[in-house]
Amino acid sequence: MAWQFSSDRPIYIQVSDQIVSGILTGTYKMGERLPSVREFAVIAAVNPNTVQRALSELESVGLVETQRNTGKFVTQEGSVIEMARNKRGELLASEFLKSMAALGYSCEQTISLLTEAGRREVLANERSDA
Amino acid sequence: MSEATLECRELSKYFGPNAALHNVNISLPAGKIIGLLGPNGSGKSTLIKLACGLLTPTDGEILVCGFEPGIESKALVSYLPERTYLPDWMTVLDCLKYFQDFYADFDYARAISMLQALSVPANARMKTLSKGTKEKVQLVLVMSRRARLYLLDEPIGGVDPAARDYILGTILRNYCEDSTVLISTHLIADVEKILDEFIFLQSGQIVSYASTDSLRADLGKSIDEYFREVFRC
Repeated sequence: MAWQFSSDRPIYIQVSDQIVSGILTGTYKMGERLPSVREFAVIAAVNPNTVQRALSELESVGLVETQRNTGKFVTQEGSVIEMARNKRGELLASEFLKSMAALGYSCEQTISLLTEAGRREVLANERSDA
Repeated sequence: MSEATLECRELSKYFGPNAALHNVNISLPAGKIIGLLGPNGSGKSTLIKLACGLLTPTDGEILVCGFEPGIESKALVSYLPERTYLPDWMTVLDCLKYFQDFYADFDYARAISMLQALSVPANARMKTLSKGTKEKVQLVLVMSRRARLYLLDEPIGGVDPAARDYILGTILRNYCEDSTVLISTHLIADVEKILDEFIFLQSGQIVSYASTDSLRADLGKSIDEYFREVFRC
């Protein structure tokens, strides 16, 4: 299945976001070789130049490294991946707050709703473990 | 190689009093996949036919890697026509041999493996194949050449959405990285992800030539949305 893209942002940014997601969720593991540009282009059904640009962006922040003649690899620096994870987490949190604000929830109300939801989640997990 | 892969200078084509193309100036670089987009009758096929020498310009000139359409340019151009021209009585393998005879850059082994991937029966006669399968054969022939310029006139028009994805994948997998692919279509939403750049043609003139991602960055719009806006009926 080709990757889905929204129409309001450049495709190369969306491709690089999806590759970052792949790294954070373990599809592409630390220190492992990434698919080639052409392979990515076919997987995502996008132009190879777009993939190239997305990978250069990731290289410039250190998430991806080029090893001569053997291709591109996910970084072996745990701290760089941790930084990307924090950045993605902060982004998701602030987007969530914005959507809740649009529904009329204050920041405090949202936090207490989240705390409540977290408690229920823990209970549900304990029940399924038992 | 500083010259453009395809260059049009004050190019015009008239059919009687009607202008199919009027004063077109454009220069397409190597290494890009470019969409040739426009409403019906805007001159897309005319431009492509001029580039492969099936039509001659009324005015101006068109150059492929510096050559006027002719023997030299035809060796560099791989053309997928709107309608397939392969004779009914030939088998798929006959067609492959036919192409191999004609074009020095034809990669027979690659053609065979593409046919297998698309599950086209190699020994079947063309007349026994469905319309979609015939189009696949034609695409395999065209993409098996190591050409400098691929001219694809409506490559996905006649096939179902699943085959469309497969055909776009086939194009992505098989075009040479330093060659140019020009794809004409009005199914913009299906192709725009694979385009580096796009050209809008309207009534025989270029109204826009830009990079896909710069359009998104500047206007926050996909080509499809932009097209609907520019060509609103």
